[in-house]
Amino acid sequence: MGRRDRATGDTGSRIPPGQYLTRDFPVLSAGPTPRVDLSTWQFTIDGLVGTPVSWSWDEIQAVDTRDFTVDISCVTKWTKLDTHWTGVSVDSLLESVELDPSARFVVAHSYGGYTTNLPLADVVNGQAFVAWAYDGQPLEPAHGGPARLVVPHLYFWKSAKWVRGLRLLPDDEPGFWESLGYNNHGDPWREERYTGD
Amino acid sequence: MKRTALDDPLMLDANAVAGELAEMMGGVDITTFMTRCAHCGNHDALGSLRAWAHGPGVVLRCVICSQVVVRWVRTPQGARVDLRGAAFLEPR
Amino acid sequence: MVEPLRWQIGTITDIQPQTDRVSSFTIGLPDWRPHRPGQHYDVRLTAEDGYQTQRSYSIASAADHVPEVELGIERIADGEVSPYFHDVLVTGDKVELRGPIGGYFVWEPGMGGPLLLVGGGSGVVPLMAMLRSRQAAGDATPAALLYSSRTIGDIIYRDELARLAAEPNGPVVAQTLTREQPPDWDGYARRIDAQMLTEVVGNIGGMHASPLAYICGPTLLVENAAAALTDLGLAPMRVRTERFGPSS
Repeated sequence: MGRRDRATGDTGSRIPPGQYLTRDFPVLSAGPTPRVDLSTWQFTIDGLVGTPVSWSWDEIQAVDTRDFTVDISCVTKWTKLDTHWTGVSVDSLLESVELDPSARFVVAHSYGGYTTNLPLADVVNGQAFVAWAYDGQPLEPAHGGPARLVVPHLYFWKSAKWVRGLRLLPDDEPGFWESLGYNNHGDPWREERYTGD
Repeated sequence: MKRTALDDPLMLDANAVAGELAEMMGGVDITTFMTRCAHCGNHDALGSLRAWAHGPGVVLRCVICSQVVVRWVRTPQGARVDLRGAAFLEPR
Repeated sequence: MVEPLRWQIGTITDIQPQTDRVSSFTIGLPDWRPHRPGQHYDVRLTAEDGYQTQRSYSIASAADHVPEVELGIERIADGEVSPYFHDVLVTGDKVELRGPIGGYFVWEPGMGGPLLLVGGGSGVVPLMAMLRSRQAAGDATPAALLYSSRTIGDIIYRDELARLAAEPNGPVVAQTLTREQPPDWDGYARRIDAQMLTEVVGNIGGMHASPLAYICGPTLLVENAAAALTDLGLAPMRVRTERFGPSS
């Protein structure tokens, strides 16, 4: 059965508890892959901000494109090391936005209706980016293309595929999976899989 | 509204998760129950819904409008089934 | 009160190759329950490290082989469970199963008809259970099977289907080979489409006889056939589908 390895050797310390190392890139989804037209694609930061700000596809690529290499862990127990992405740091996007001091939480929302919630503190300081390329190639729709959120230090359900915006909120608002029992935070190193973990 | 073909490699039908659903429902197979989609009104058996079961939980969507009809998560603490996308269930 | 389904350990009593990729696995069950034609069992594999994975496999047998069920399993190249069945398991080995399950995709005598069965590849397995039950019951509901395979070597239950078709009140069996046909082939030679469905249904009274349709196989085949039938006027509630996932 499969292409999984238990944490062994010098990669062991990089694999969170309860996870299996995979060499694949499993595709998981809650629904059909949205077809998004790049000419109408938009990413918006709104909610508790001075003025909502939106970027078109061309505009977001012009902000500050960078390559990122990160490890990712899915709550379904696979972990993948050294994944290579290209995109823009959420910090860079937030520079264009005037944050209200009462903004403490974020809901990422996606084409197709998916949502996930995170503390604002977890998407700043280099911890989150909007990615549009994987391994140097345009991000495939099955993996969240045209663009997805990537928050590698949390379980990968927080890395919303087909992301279309971030909404800043004063209180935590459980998203699609969180409202059914998944953890509002989702730190794989503390195995925060479910509510109450 | 008519049914359009949807080809998604992750998509199965509710029948494929009937066992898991029956386990949560105390042994009753509810895939034979009729349901009405709360979004578009499509009326058919739960078993006819399209299922996405590769993920943190399971999502059953309407074959006409693709909105979520039923979704659930199973955790060590138990299961939670969200039926808000179903206007009603008619046991059969 | 319904007795809850539980996982049980079954024993493989027979393995019969049907085609290059499909074999019939007969499994004896300590807690056998009668199943309805079209239902399936869930199979669960647990690795030494505790990792578990699960798949559903349709029952091909009619419910007359107490205490055994025959599952039809296609070997999917990068699958997690089917290669284990084909490459590792032998007669006498144990497997964990739960079932029978799935009351939606069921046809049995008494449910009415005419009966239209549309299968692609290993999607014919649950349809076979329906045809076998129909035959065992001596049922005369007009029935037709439209069965799509890639090549003649991929046709599962080929001889048995010919025998069933030859019986009095036997089903009309129409076949299509989509990739390669032998020189003397007199069946269809293309993917299932509305024209083909119309012709096949013509054998059992036409679309206005409002057949009960059961479609099983790769997702795309199922989706296209279901859309075609409803476009041809069949009421959506008369169409039942079982998607097996993408074509291998």
